[in-house]
Amino acid sequence: MEAIGRKGMPTEVLLVEDSPGDVRLTQEAFRDANNAIHLHLACDGVEAMAFLRHEGANANAPRPDIILLDLNLPKMDGREVLAHIKEDDNLKTIPIVILTTSDAEADIVKSYQLQANCYLSKPVQLDAFETLVKSINDFWLKEVKLPQQRQNG
Amino acid sequence: MPIEVLLVEDSPGDVRLTREAFAEVNSSIHLHVASDGLEAMAFLRREGVHARAPRPGIILLDLNLPKMDGREVLAHIKDDAGLKTIPIVILTTSNAETDIAKSYQLQANCYLSKPVQLDAFESLVKSINDFWLTKVKLPQQRQGT
Repeated sequence: MEAIGRKGMPTEVLLVEDSPGDVRLTQEAFRDANNAIHLHLACDGVEAMAFLRHEGANANAPRPDIILLDLNLPKMDGREVLAHIKEDDNLKTIPIVILTTSDAEADIVKSYQLQANCYLSKPVQLDAFETLVKSINDFWLKEVKLPQQRQNG
Repeated sequence: MPIEVLLVEDSPGDVRLTREAFAEVNSSIHLHVASDGLEAMAFLRREGVHARAPRPGIILLDLNLPKMDGREVLAHIKDDAGLKTIPIVILTTSNAETDIAKSYQLQANCYLSKPVQLDAFESLVKSINDFWLTKVKLPQQRQGT
């Protein structure tokens, strides 16, 4: 069953990920599960913030319905991106799913302190990674009520 | 390790359905129930009879509750540095856009609308188990208060 966003609109997903291999796996897993997703990519934290703030080349970027955020990123790491988003009244309602290789307790706790919506550890095995991305689709893009996009910004 | 789940829910029927659905898929859950917002806060703050309450790994929170409603409970928890890391899953009958928007503004971790049909309700509880209690890394229970 397709999970189209509310009111028939595709779901806008921002993936913040610097590993091209993981980007590709994620794209493919989402494509298999749901063809009503627009997947946008930012490969470092600075690009992610520019996308969200509609700066420069991102002037017409859509507001994401959800953000998948790696912690270890060049230029500005994911912990900083998380903090910036959650401090911004306009952006903080966008759910943030941490999707990272780290399973360090310190990273998990810190992410929840910064109000990440949930924390997922990327599996090493391809099959398991694919299953995890599909479960993100099944839960967040089908079951969860996401906030409507049309609010400001 | 058992997973401590706090269910804040005033409908006995929904409590029962939730308990049964979880029991079918996960025998490691200790499900604690608070039937209004005041009881939920007392449980979390270990007050009175709740002096030895375990810290929940996750909270399932209805919005429409007696005494103190779920919106207020959500705000109190997220204002509390000791409690705010506990993920809060809103699980409520309302699918009003204002309730959804407000919950995310208050930093609810996610928002789910309870289906009316029993099968669908059961399926939703199982999906909470599949995602939140099997895949998600929850913050360790032993930190904080």
